Amino acid sequence: MTVSDLLSSGAYTVIARGKDAKITGVYCCDLLSIAMSHMKNGMAWVTVMANRNTLAVAQLADAGCIILAEGTVLDEESAKKAEEENITVLASDKPIFETALAVYEKL
Amino acid sequence: MNEKIHLSYVIPGDDFTRAGEASGEVKKKLKQMGVPPEAIRKVAISMYEGEINMVIHANGGMIDVDISTSDITIVLEDHGPGIENVALAMQAGYSTAPDKVRALGFGAGMGLPNMKKYSDELIIDTKPGYGTKVTLVVKIG
Repeated sequence: MTVSDLLSSGAYTVIARGKDAKITGVYCCDLLSIAMSHMKNGMAWVTVMANRNTLAVAQLADAGCIILAEGTVLDEESAKKAEEENITVLASDKPIFETALAVYEKL
Repeated sequence: MNEKIHLSYVIPGDDFTRAGEASGEVKKKLKQMGVPPEAIRKVAISMYEGEINMVIHANGGMIDVDISTSDITIVLEDHGPGIENVALAMQAGYSTAPDKVRALGFGAGMGLPNMKKYSDELIIDTKPGYGTKVTLVVKIG
């Protein structure tokens, strides 16, 4: 499954359009050090932590994409930065568990 | 890859919008050079933790990266407050990060543990009141 396949469900708002990565799994955590250490290459990272550091961790850990849950918003400047770094950021109004489960069920 | 490469970064203190940029640049460089992904991952994680620590605790510092065919050495040097109790700081979950950075997702108390886990060598030279010098070595292959 790729990011495009995820988007076809219509369940997300696109915050930043980056690479159309192959999604290898789904990962949930808001603490950056733990996420960076345990997230595997290509995973969709579901979090409510929306700032520049989220982008840095996603880039360093090779996340497949970031999905901001619970209606979390990313500021415009950071969204621009995400596109520069080729990171796809999506948003969902649903809670973290439901957001992650929806990805998991499509894998 | 026969040449040795040296990269140097000045890390501004307390600037969380730029924190991690140096680590990101090193990661890109290693990728361009064809360094194996496992070594890149180790450098990315351990260097980022060191870089973030400098920004949070030490008002920034300097990072020097030396890349050779056999290993990558990262030296992070700051003139911050130093680490009072290194053994305690090495414990997973122990953190002295202030609330304002916890709100950004830091403060898991995994900085030094991750630096140890994702390097082949970790040397911490610190003196309270003077600063800290951390050397990380990641072997290639």
